[in-house]
Amino acid sequence: MAINTDKNTYTIAFAAVMVVIVGALLAFLASALSAKISENERLEKQQNILYAMGVNENEGSGSVSFIGTDKVAEAFNTYIKDQLVLEGDKVTSNDAAYLIDLKKEESNAKAGKTRRLPVFVGEKDNKEFYIIPMRGKGLWDAIWGYVAVDKNMIVVAVDKNMIVQGVYFDHKGETPGLGANIKQRYFMDDFIGESILNNGNYVGISVAKGNNDPANELKTDNEVDALAGATITGDGVSAMIKQSISLYKPFLQTIASN
Amino acid sequence: MGILSKKDAALILDPLADNNPITIQVLGICSALAITAELEASIVMAVSVLFVMGMGNVVISLMRNIIPSKIRIIVQLVVVATLVIVVDQVLKAFAYELSKTLSVFVGLIITNCIIMGRFEAFALANGPKRSFLDGIGNAAGYGFILVVIGFFRELLGSGTLLGIKVLGDPIEKTGLYAFGYENNGFMLLSPMALIVVGIIIWVQRSRNPALIEEN
Repeated sequence: MAINTDKNTYTIAFAAVMVVIVGALLAFLASALSAKISENERLEKQQNILYAMGVNENEGSGSVSFIGTDKVAEAFNTYIKDQLVLEGDKVTSNDAAYLIDLKKEESNAKAGKTRRLPVFVGEKDNKEFYIIPMRGKGLWDAIWGYVAVDKNMIVVAVDKNMIVQGVYFDHKGETPGLGANIKQRYFMDDFIGESILNNGNYVGISVAKGNNDPANELKTDNEVDALAGATITGDGVSAMIKQSISLYKPFLQTIASN
Repeated sequence: MGILSKKDAALILDPLADNNPITIQVLGICSALAITAELEASIVMAVSVLFVMGMGNVVISLMRNIIPSKIRIIVQLVVVATLVIVVDQVLKAFAYELSKTLSVFVGLIITNCIIMGRFEAFALANGPKRSFLDGIGNAAGYGFILVVIGFFRELLGSGTLLGIKVLGDPIEKTGLYAFGYENNGFMLLSPMALIVVGIIIWVQRSRNPALIEEN
């Protein structure tokens, strides 16, 4: 071919044309697909929230299985009675609370603005659930999830208790086979029945190594057994729960005293 | 090989054994360490690389006469990155579940040195058909080793294969665990991937002494 590909002008022209073509292609693709992608993400959020309160299609002790995408919108309306947004001392109802971007709220809080905290009130089999969204850091990237606590207090010794009815965890880029296992059912199921209170303090639940309770029979120790090879992800989960519980502490205290 | 000439067939078959990108050229080790703790992740990675490498090699080969040599590495990176993003976006829109499993691999595919290596060493000098075969062959050679490592790491580390408990339940003490067998947690950590690669290299070179380098 006759083109002299070594010339500087050619190199610059080639780079410019390439950038324009690739940029146009990706921009076109992104805008063409964005509606479909955000719809998928919206349904996923509903599935995750419902999963945490026990509305799912899990069978036996197998894998995580959400309620189907065709049924999720209807189920969300049925089971989620109310969506609350906490802003300082103010509590308002908002049907789009589940779409609140926690990451954005976090940076708002850092900038000194009041942070909006969503809570979902669910009802299933005459039991009322409060589902709290969480967000934190794993080893490589963000981790997030939902924890559902139960309003019906169970009296353990002298303490009222706040029992976890279900959790859901997800992550952006934890190591497959190690940290990524936080979204496996055997890990998430361990949290069910654990208490987030200890002697009246909101301590959350820690992912602990060597707690001599691998089968997770002790439900009052505020601990679940850690995943081997995923120490930092596990610590991230503990920190995430602890931080979210402390953010929602005033709200949880109001429920507890009612 | 009816459709392929002997030379073309060698493009696919060589990287599977005597010119394997991982065990002979020792490329792509980083991703082999990162994602082989589970067999499923290994398979997903192998398929993704197969796709990106086959397509990428063809694209680079078609452009080989017009790419300015001064910025060829950048052009190659742009091609890989574009392909990976296109695949990622399309999956997110039409196969959301699958895209979630793949999200971890996106970055690892872009930085996979085998892909860049084949662009540089082969696609820039050969036609699209041969480049495609070369891409598929090398990706298959890479994927094969990945699956072997994933198999042993998941089996010995977690006692499962593709998430199924093949050796019994370690907590209930059934199957092999009833006889006092324990999972080797060390298999799940990245150093063991290197040791498994080392063992594969050892086996391969003792079967074929011609592969041993002279000092």
